[in-house]
Amino acid sequence: MNRTKVDEEEYWNSSKFKAFTFDDEDDELSQLKESKRAVNSLRDFVDDDDDDDLERVSWTGEPVGRRTRLGSFQSLSDALTDTPAKSYAPELGRPKGEFRDYSNDWSPSDTVRRLRKGKVCSLERFRSLQDKLLLLEEAVSMHDGNVITAVLIFLKRTLSKEVLFRELEVRQVALRHLIHFLKEIGDQKLLLDLFRFLDRTEELALSHYREHLSIQDPEKRKEFLKTCIGLPFSVEDAAHIQDHYTLLERQIIIEANDRHLESAGQTEIFRKHPRKASILNMPLVTTLFYSCFYHYTEPEGTFSSPVNLKKTFKIPDKQYVLTALAARAKLRAWHDVDALFTTKNWLGYTKKRAPIGFHRVVEILYKNNAPVQILQEYVNLVEDVDTKLNLATKFKCHDVVIDTCRDLKDRQQLLAYRSKVDKGSAEEEKIDAILSSTQIRWKN
Amino acid sequence: MAFHHRPDAPELPDFSMLKRLARDQLIYLLEQQHEVDKLYKVENKPVLSSSEQLCFLVRPRIKNMRYIANLVNADKLAGRTRKYKVIFSPQKFYACEMVLEEEGIYGDVSCDEWAFSLLPLDVDLLSMELPEFFRDYFLEGDQRWINTVAQALHLLSTLYGPFPNCYGIGRCAKMSHELWRNLEEEEDGETKGRKPEIGHIFLLDRDVDFVTALCSQVVYEGLVDDTFRIKCGSVDFGPEVTSSDRSLKVLLNADDKVFHEIRNEHFSNVFGFLSQKARNLQAQYDRRRGMDIKQMKNFVSQELKGLKQEHRLLSLHIGACESIMKKKTKQNFQELIKTEHALLEGFSIRDSTSYIEEHIDRQVSPIESLRLMCLLSITENGLIPKDYRSLKTQYLQSYGSEHLLTFSNLRRAGLLTEQAPGDTLTAVESKVSKLVTDKAAGKITDAFSSLAKRSNFRAISKKLNLIPRVDGEYDLKVPRDMAYVFSGAYVPLSCRVIEQVLERRSWQGLEEVLRLLNCSELAFTGGTKDDKAPSESLRLILVVFLGGCTFSEISALRFLGREKGFRFIFLTTAITNSARLMEAMSEVKA
Repeated sequence: MNRTKVDEEEYWNSSKFKAFTFDDEDDELSQLKESKRAVNSLRDFVDDDDDDDLERVSWTGEPVGRRTRLGSFQSLSDALTDTPAKSYAPELGRPKGEFRDYSNDWSPSDTVRRLRKGKVCSLERFRSLQDKLLLLEEAVSMHDGNVITAVLIFLKRTLSKEVLFRELEVRQVALRHLIHFLKEIGDQKLLLDLFRFLDRTEELALSHYREHLSIQDPEKRKEFLKTCIGLPFSVEDAAHIQDHYTLLERQIIIEANDRHLESAGQTEIFRKHPRKASILNMPLVTTLFYSCFYHYTEPEGTFSSPVNLKKTFKIPDKQYVLTALAARAKLRAWHDVDALFTTKNWLGYTKKRAPIGFHRVVEILYKNNAPVQILQEYVNLVEDVDTKLNLATKFKCHDVVIDTCRDLKDRQQLLAYRSKVDKGSAEEEKIDAILSSTQIRWKN
Repeated sequence: MAFHHRPDAPELPDFSMLKRLARDQLIYLLEQQHEVDKLYKVENKPVLSSSEQLCFLVRPRIKNMRYIANLVNADKLAGRTRKYKVIFSPQKFYACEMVLEEEGIYGDVSCDEWAFSLLPLDVDLLSMELPEFFRDYFLEGDQRWINTVAQALHLLSTLYGPFPNCYGIGRCAKMSHELWRNLEEEEDGETKGRKPEIGHIFLLDRDVDFVTALCSQVVYEGLVDDTFRIKCGSVDFGPEVTSSDRSLKVLLNADDKVFHEIRNEHFSNVFGFLSQKARNLQAQYDRRRGMDIKQMKNFVSQELKGLKQEHRLLSLHIGACESIMKKKTKQNFQELIKTEHALLEGFSIRDSTSYIEEHIDRQVSPIESLRLMCLLSITENGLIPKDYRSLKTQYLQSYGSEHLLTFSNLRRAGLLTEQAPGDTLTAVESKVSKLVTDKAAGKITDAFSSLAKRSNFRAISKKLNLIPRVDGEYDLKVPRDMAYVFSGAYVPLSCRVIEQVLERRSWQGLEEVLRLLNCSELAFTGGTKDDKAPSESLRLILVVFLGGCTFSEISALRFLGREKGFRFIFLTTAITNSARLMEAMSEVKA
């Protein structure tokens, strides 16, 4: 590329490729001026030291829709910068449309239409509250969110927040746009002020709480969560926030402790099963799983013990059993699994009971590659016969299938099952023995 | 089983023009206008290019602006001067310019727009590829994309003539329609005198029917989308599908002859079809056995290529089916579907609730659990407070407390709500309305509506007969109605509404349905009422989904078209499915 500098300038600024812009041919000003206007439309006009007369807003403060009214007055900014040429141009005598491109006296609806087309258009002339609101209402009535937001950016800059909030409270569509805009640009302070003003206490609290997601350091995050505890959440949410804080607090302690244990290399469980990830910021159930995996036998007094977690967070029985089962099965600690479902009644008899239903227990065991003997034991505990038979078939617990068929006196099903087991296997023999038994009165 | 239209079905308009247009514009814009020679994906990381000028093609989003600002400011700090160009697609937003200005790079960066909003994904499917539309509008209430929709409709009417009949339902549909009409009036004359090619246009808001979008999909294309995620009309098949060590990017559209025949089929038919196809293919290959040299030469030069191509496609789709089967068996799909159907029909709610509970407790999948809860909520007019609390607590315990934010989002969007105690809200509302002026009442109703908008799904379902009564088995091989896309259990609400309105050519007689949908004020008709509209055009219908549509809905309407001799064309802000909807609402990145 050996372009000259001038060429390059032209290359970047040339407007011959109009096909891809919304700019219409009627824009007589150069692109440069358009850009400058864009700057002006958004910049605080007090800072505006641009010396281009064409951009200056000279007529302000008149009620919109009564542009022909006489007696419009010179604006303060004009007086200060002394541009007499513009100060006495009467609105009245101006032929409609002729000066349109050179001044900023568009009606609210024209302004909004220009904005929709993506054209640069100064909003500075809308100075009275009434004008501003007319402009906003015009934008809302046109439905284009981009334009509504453009007007809101202008309003946010030129109105005190009390006035802005007050006016938006009765203009829900515009209000939603402002809230989304503030969220997007991350003006958290104004957003919180707005929620406070609107008395939307829950949104206020949630919005504050959301900030924790961007805090990476666990200690800092914990401290931040602490500040969330007193916020006006609903009663249930307040409890969840408290739990969130407590959980992270625990995790920090457990993490420090376990990292130490792991690196010391003295603890068998950590040597055999090195930790895959840190427990920080994990959900409660994951933490419980972790604690059932690494700290199962610890007494209730320690923070990392499963029982302690269960009590602190009021984890329901079902959830606890499910998680403990998964963790112990993963370690193939069948004895613990057994203990999990064994209850003693007051006479000292033991009984098997599963709050989650034994069919679920079987599935979880199967997923953890439990041996058939173990599976069989639990399949047998499934109460519903059909479910039992299905599970036994699915998981190839031959003895259970065969015994159940026998108990059901279902000769046909047993015959059918015979074809599924291996030729010459012990199962086949067992089936044959039953089929040839004269003791059984088959139902079919 | 293949996709056959009635002989009198109209021809589809030529969308390849749009594709060419987009491609040419892009090439022109990048290569000729800005001499872009290398393309990178905009990601949040530093640019290593030593190029003298950087050109960014981006969606108008604040975070993109911040990224660019960081880059430019870093260059400035390093004393490096480059030229920067930002091309916004489909348009520039004022908020973006504001950020550029605030970051002090307004003059350093020049901006341009590329008004590209219609991507033809297939012969009958146009996508605006704006997945963010859903969250922006239906959660945040931001109307920034309405102008884009209006512009797209305007472009369509300049290309394919005016639309003689127009119907719509939903607040966003209504606003888009109004803005579109304004555009047409402003640019009057462009479509004057054009003969309409497309007789009807139907605009529909996604929130009119959340239920359909929340269901598991079981027609092939939908299932492929749910399982592998179709992006922009193509899918990445991993090694488990290609049965090699490589992944393969495959375009899925009507050009894929195998896919074309199975895309709209219920999954249970697909296997049989594919194996039949494989046998036929084998037979065709086998023919070469008895051939002499000349015949063989012909075979190799003329048929073999086609056969090989078919062979390749066939093995891909068989691989995809196997992979889908494996995944679905593993997640116990049967039981899941059973629960969904129970929710749709409204029986054994208790069982479904405990099913969902268990799903959550076992940490199966955060998105799936959320989806089922939403389905329960919408079909039941909200969860009863006790269930809501306990499911929410368990969800937070299983997937993380930060999902509090997700629940708040879902509540705001009306996807997951707690039943209001009785109808007290409505009573208060009407009392208040009597006391204040109309305008104020409107605002109050607005405020209330977000709280008390009832989904009334059960009543709507009865009114529109969404749950077909079936004696015996529903024959999925020979579907009777659109319910086949959900195994015969449910006719998609969105599609039923479209069917009913097209039948009547108006909303007349559907007043009760509209009331139940909370859309009494939001249904409209319009159009140019052109008497000269060619009769063929009147059987061509453009359906516009605002907030996304699913492949199941597309299949259902293709079926309806086939039955009635119509052709449907689809324009959607993006292709969606239940997982995408849930992710859009989730505050925590997966």
